[in-house]
This record gives sequence, C-alpha cells and structure tokens, in this order.
Amino acid sequence: MIQLSNVCKRYPGGHEALKNVSLALADGEMAFLTGHSGAGKSTLLKLIALIECVTSGQIMVNDKNLARLARRRIPYFRRGIGVVFQDNKLLFDRTVFDNVALPLVVCGVPHKEIARRVRAALDKVGLLAKEKMPPITLSGGEQQRLGIARAVVNKPPLLLADEPTGNLDPELSDQIIDLFHDFNRHGVGVLIATHDLRHIERLKLRRLTLKDGAIVQDSAA
Amino acid sequence: MTSYLLRHLQVLFYSLGQLARTPFASLVTVAVIGISLALPAGLYVLLDNMQRVSGAWDGAAQLSVFLKRDVSERAGLALAQKIRARPEIASVNYISREAALAEFKRLSGFGNALNALDGNPLPAVLAIRPASPHADAATLARLGKDLQAMGEVELVQLDLDWIKRLNAILDLARHGVWLLATVLALALTLIVGNTIRLAVLGRRTEIEIIKLVGGTDAFIRRPFLYSGLLQGLGGALCAWALLALVLALLAAPVQELAALYGSRFELRGLDVSAGLALLALGALLGWLGSRLAVGRHLRAIEPR
Ligand SMILES: Nc1ncnc2c1ncn2[C@@H]1O[C@H](COP(=O)(O)OP(=O)(O)OP(=O)(O)O)[C@@H](O)[C@H]1O
Ligand SMILES: [Mg+2]
Repeated sequence: MIQLSNVCKRYPGGHEALKNVSLALADGEMAFLTGHSGAGKSTLLKLIALIECVTSGQIMVNDKNLARLARRRIPYFRRGIGVVFQDNKLLFDRTVFDNVALPLVVCGVPHKEIARRVRAALDKVGLLAKEKMPPITLSGGEQQRLGIARAVVNKPPLLLADEPTGNLDPELSDQIIDLFHDFNRHGVGVLIATHDLRHIERLKLRRLTLKDGAIVQDSAA
Repeated sequence: MTSYLLRHLQVLFYSLGQLARTPFASLVTVAVIGISLALPAGLYVLLDNMQRVSGAWDGAAQLSVFLKRDVSERAGLALAQKIRARPEIASVNYISREAALAEFKRLSGFGNALNALDGNPLPAVLAIRPASPHADAATLARLGKDLQAMGEVELVQLDLDWIKRLNAILDLARHGVWLLATVLALALTLIVGNTIRLAVLGRRTEIEIIKLVGGTDAFIRRPFLYSGLLQGLGGALCAWALLALVLALLAAPVQELAALYGSRFELRGLDVSAGLALLALGALLGWLGSRLAVGRHLRAIEPR
C-alpha cells in the first residue's frame, strides 16, 4: 500500500528532516511510528499525504508514484487518505457537525447521507451530543477526537494519524487507538505517529522508529 | 442533474450568506460597481435621447436655392413650378428679390442702411421642403446637387450642416461611450477581483483545510465566483436604480424645456432589454473579476 524508497526531505532553510528513508506498509497493515520530538514523524506522514513533496527518492501509494501525480489529481488522491493532524486543522467558524461533514461535502455526497455518516463518525468518538457546538468550545481532547471523526467519516482505505492521543487521558487514549485498530480489522491501512509506547506494547503491532530523520528500528524487519 | 443544480443553489445561498456576513464591505463594493456602471449606462441613455431629438429635427430640413441675379421673376416662377413637379418635393416657395429685401429690412433693422444702396443686393430665393418629413441626409444632398446643376441657380444651401455636425458629434460621443465603458469594465473587473482577493486571503486557513480533505480548486472557487457574480449583479441593479432616479429628477425640467420649443419630447430611460443587458454585463464582469483573482490566489495557497 505504501512504499518509500530512499526518501530524503530537506526543508527550505536547509534542515534535513528525513534521510534516506525506505519502508513498506502492506495493504491493510497497521503500524506505529515513534521517535523523539523533531525526529521527522510528521514530515513522513505529510509526504505520504502529499502535503509536502520529497526532495529526492520515491513514494508509491497504491502503486501510484506520487511524483507523477498531476496537480489536479491531488484532491482525489487525498480523499483516499484520512489524516489526523497534529494540530487538528479544524474550522473554528463552523460547527462540529460541519467540520466532520467537510470531506463528504467536497465529494458531493447527498445531504441525507452526509447527516447519517457524520453522526455515525461523531458517535464513534463520543461527540454526538456536541454536534451543534463550535469547536472552540471543545476541550483539547475533544478537538482531537473531532479531528479523528473527520478523518474517518468518508471511510478511506488508509488512515494517517499524527499524535491522535496526545491530549487524551490513558483510558480515552486506549479507546481511540482501539477504534483505529477496529478500522484496521475491517481492512483499513493505519499508520499512527505517537510517543505513547504503551499502545505499542499493548497491541503488539509493528513499530517503526525514527531518529534524526532516519529509520533506526523496524520491529517487522 | 437535479442534485447538481441543488448543489449550485446551495453554494449560491452560501455565498449570499457570506456577503451578508460583511454587509458594509459588500455594500461598498456594490455601490462602487453601481456607480461605475451607471456612468456609461447614463451616457448611453443620453445619446439615445439626443438621437431621438436629432431624428425629429431631420424632418425640418430645408433647402434654400439662391437664383442668379439676372434670372427674371417669370423665369424664377417657372423654375419653381418645374421643381415642384418632382416627386421628392413637398413645396416650393418663390421669394422674389423685392420680397427678400422687404423681409430683410423688416427683420434686420438695417432698413435705412439698405436704402443707401443703389440697387437690391439680394437674389431671389426658392425655399424648398422635401416631401418626406424624414428625408435622410444623403437624399437631400443628392437633391441639392441636382438643383445646383441647373443654369438659373447660383447657390444651393442645405440647412443640413448642423444636423450633420450633430450626428458627427453623436457618433464621436458613441465611440467615447464605448471607450469609457471598456475602461470602466476593466476597472470593475479589477475592483471585484480585489475584493475577492481579500476574501480569499481572509479565508486562507479555511481554503487550506478544504484542500487537505480533498476539495478541488473548482469546489473552492465556486462560492467566490458566486459572490463575484452576485456583487456584479447587485452593482448593475444599483446602476439601473441610480439611472432611473436621475431621469426621474430630470423629467420635469426637460419637459419644461421641450415645451419652450413646442415639443412633447420626454426623456426615455433604459428599456427592459437594455436593462437586462446591463444586469448581465454586471454579473459577467463580477464573475470574470473573481475568476481572475481566485485562479491566481488559490494556486498560491497550498496546505503545509
Ligand atoms: N515546514 C518546515 N520548515 C522547516 N523545517 C521544518 C518544517 N517542518 C518541520 N521542520 C523540521 O523538521 C524536523 C522534523 O519535524 P517533524 O515535524 O517531522 O518532527 P516530529 O517527529 O513530528 O516531531 P514532534 O514529535 O515534535 O511532532 C524538525 O527539526 C523541524 O524543525
Ligand atoms: Mg510531529
């Protein structure tokens, strides 16, 4: 599903965030990405979601070379990936409901269908009661769960989550990771960047460790 | 198909809502567009009215044929008879040299001075009215040429020059209106483009996030295009209203003036088809302006 070959990412300004990273994630596989702050976890996820472009090397997602993707195809590519952002990226002038509906609205999903699927997603993250609230009135953890609901609402075949449990207490954090795990059992590929080693031990899943932009450990290899 | 229409309708209302959120800025834009459209539209109406005036006066055209001094009264009358027989002539009035002098004395007040002359310096004149009240300039000019070719005729004077001049001025003004309209259309496009540009920049994060969840450029562009279109349309409506107001204010004085000339002339405003064309033009320019602005700025906003 995802294949990186010799990927380097140098940000404007010269910092080399990823150095010669190669890895592969199979169809429907779930893995954790760990590493110290600044190791390049977010950068790796952004490259896969085509939010940043590689400096050198090649990324294939679903057998498509991202470097060859035409600009106008990018939106359609992104619809196939649910991304939970480290900074959530919520629209603060729209309600919780509208935030979650956004990925469906841009695809032109019919009205009734949108309402049904948005409520299902909000229910999964325990925010159904707050659908009419503006996100600013939500706690940090609730905002994070809102971001998760938006990422999963259109049932993408691949989920990328950047610290999705950073603001959650251990119990809620477990619930959310279990939610991802549940998606994975239904065939969704999942890659989660996290500092929380507890989940990794608990679920015994594949673990990729980044250090200073290089993969230093891959529990599957 | 219906869902497609429905979606566009939704975007339309969404854009209306967005405009209503910043009523002051929207109104200012609409007013600026309205005034810029009202200028060329007003000139157009003015020209239209002037053309009607000059059209009405074309019919009053007259030819004055001055006969050579050695043509006798009898020969002059005979000539008048001959000309009267032509189909394009309505009436020919022979004014003898004596009658001309008497009239001149009466009208000019130079009577005594003329008495000092030892002869009558004035020629006999045939005052000719063309048959058709709307004889056009070309027909009159041809008639004048025919008359000029006659042996008894010294000079043909077409009282047509001022109409020609007026028409030339109107022509020039018409070109001017188009030129002005073009320049203002350009300005309008830029005005709308600039408002939309600010709107795009103001909603930068929103655009970024829509792009992140897979919104296409077309999807993001749509509400901006609609708000440009709506602003243009609103501006055009505003221009129409402004024009109607000005014409209503001018109606009474124009009627008074017309009455002084014994005319029942009335100012005519934009007719419905011209008004609709104005609305369409406003909407088009608004759409175009936002299209140009959004196209450039959407590309610059990429999620990071
Ligand atoms: N847009 C950017 N421009 C320049 N440098 C950047 C940019 N984004 C990230 N970096 C740098 O790249 C390195 C990796 O950043 P990244 O965000 O991938 O780290 P991370 O592993 O996600 O860290 P954290 O756990 O703190 O989120 C950091 O040193 C950071 O300073
Ligand atoms: Mg990060």
